[in-house]
Amino acid sequence: MIRLEKRPQPSRGWSYVTPVLAVLVTMVAGGALFAVLGKDPVLAIRTIFYDPLFGEFAWYFRGQLLVKAGPLILIAIGLSLGFRAGIWNIGAEGQYIIGAICGAAVGLALYPMEARWLVFPLMILAGVLGGLGWAMIPAILKTRFNTNEILVSLLLVYVAEQILASMALGLLRNPEGSGFPGSRNLSQYEAAANHELIAGTGMHWGVVAAFIAVIFAYVLLNRHMLGFQIRLTGQSPRAARFAGVRPNRLVLFCLGTAGALAGLAGMFEVSGPSGQITIDFNSGYGFTAIIVAFLGRLHPVGILLAGLLLALTYIGGEAAQSNLGLPAAAIQAFQGMLLFFLLAVDMLTNYRIRIGKSEVA
Amino acid sequence: MDLSTIDPAILLASLMVASTPILLAAIGELVVEKSGVLNLGVEGMMITGAICGFAVAVETGSPLLGFVAAAAGGAVLSMTFGVLTQFFLSNQVATGLALTLFGLGLSALMGQGYVGIKPPGLGDVNLGPLADIPFLGTVLFRHDFMIYVSLALVAGVWAFLKYSRAGLILRAVGESHDAAHALGYKVVLVRLAAIAFGGACAGLGGAYLSLIRVPQWTEGMTAGAGWIALAIVVFASWRAWGVLIGAYLFGGVAVLQLNLQAAGAHIPVEYLSMSPYLVTILVLVIMSSGRGRAALNAPASLGRSFHASS
Repeated sequence: MIRLEKRPQPSRGWSYVTPVLAVLVTMVAGGALFAVLGKDPVLAIRTIFYDPLFGEFAWYFRGQLLVKAGPLILIAIGLSLGFRAGIWNIGAEGQYIIGAICGAAVGLALYPMEARWLVFPLMILAGVLGGLGWAMIPAILKTRFNTNEILVSLLLVYVAEQILASMALGLLRNPEGSGFPGSRNLSQYEAAANHELIAGTGMHWGVVAAFIAVIFAYVLLNRHMLGFQIRLTGQSPRAARFAGVRPNRLVLFCLGTAGALAGLAGMFEVSGPSGQITIDFNSGYGFTAIIVAFLGRLHPVGILLAGLLLALTYIGGEAAQSNLGLPAAAIQAFQGMLLFFLLAVDMLTNYRIRIGKSEVA
Repeated sequence: MDLSTIDPAILLASLMVASTPILLAAIGELVVEKSGVLNLGVEGMMITGAICGFAVAVETGSPLLGFVAAAAGGAVLSMTFGVLTQFFLSNQVATGLALTLFGLGLSALMGQGYVGIKPPGLGDVNLGPLADIPFLGTVLFRHDFMIYVSLALVAGVWAFLKYSRAGLILRAVGESHDAAHALGYKVVLVRLAAIAFGGACAGLGGAYLSLIRVPQWTEGMTAGAGWIALAIVVFASWRAWGVLIGAYLFGGVAVLQLNLQAAGAHIPVEYLSMSPYLVTILVLVIMSSGRGRAALNAPASLGRSFHASS
């Protein structure tokens, strides 16, 4: 008989090992999936995980790594705070979209002003406020009416997508775009562009913001009262209540931070790598960030590493798409699989496996 | 805008068609939640059912086999959730999300060769003279059999939960898994069965979408229907007939906004398209605020992992 025995405390050692284990298991299972699709599994895994870093065209791919990892890390850091406290914001995709729309709207409204010192900070502020405001909807509904934040935040993603379509086709459409949907290209508007800071590295302001967010989250969780309250609420909501934690304030803080960071990520994306508001501007970063947060064990440094890894699957996935004809959806399934395996092996952190007959106490 | 182009009988009839995918998914999720499990993967199971059903219906030419395959596909996928949450004791919220993300990817992968194909149609059930009743005939008696199956499922789930012994056990497991375990009921098995049923229903709902409602296959075609189904279970305060009302209410909004679009209302299409989601949020708010019964009626063990310590 195999039995599970709850550990008095989650195992520290296993909590470091399980993410790595999950990635390895996913590679094997993903390889099997690719084999079913008729691709050489070893070659596919190599194309996704090895070639972008060390292959022939690594000089190009390495730059892309930070471009993709930036928004993922930024969003995941925000989400991780809530997830730790048992507050489930799964609508980061919507907050990302609204942040991008608000940031772009401010930039476009000030076009063609040349004062970068004014335009760019204002756009950042607008992006933050946009994401924050959008996240406040589920937060206030939760605190005021006790509405489930999971469902509201998720449903708002679909609303945000419709607003995005409306903006790309209407209000924010490029007046000189000869009727094509999509806004003016912000990366060609000097005062609003989010340029690469060091050529060839992919480092832009969004990536800088992501690194700063990692540091802040680390300090918050380890050195600050609020971080302690977040961790306490996650482990024992009842104990937290006795310790004087006000749950409503925590909901507002966690959802607000996550929204603000997601909005920030959207704003940096629209003014940099993407350049314009289009109907299909969003590419699922808000959902992939959920995987990043869990893979990073909700720990800031872990999220940093997990963000880089999932960015790698995006880039490697694109490479596998063009080189091997691997469908784009295969990568999406692969990422979902990763979360599955992670949750499965997580059992080893919280439980001890006993083999043999159970003893009578 | 010309409102006279909207025929109430046809509006009501299409309301039933529009509501059925969500109704099927929601009634399945109701049973799952009654057993104390929160499966947020409805969206993923729905879309997987949609492509399984679509692919099998196209390959065999039989929509009936398509629905069977959709139910099987949804149930199989739900078992990954079942094994993870029941044996590996993983967090139900996170696992449900993983199921949705994985289902969306998997379905897009499976559906690659099926974009732009028209599936075989499912004829309406011949109800003889009933179909000729003015107004009511159009509204109620000229539908495909899946609509009647969905209604029968609602009645069946209601009777099962209210009158059968197995239903009582299922509810006991959902209210207090420790007490049910102490009485000797197999908590994990009951929950696995409930999860599989929920998966099969979600699969059917998805297939109804791809085979009848749309009928076509496109990536991500469920567009949040699974999440709305989850919201409808809350709206129904975990009662079977409430699910029916909730789903038809939602279907009504969806159909009305489509008709307004067609009638050329002076509201941008995007704002009409977002109305079903907004209405769902509004309904959630009303149901969960102080006077609503939703919070009181939730199964007490909802979302908690069960680990038998002895």
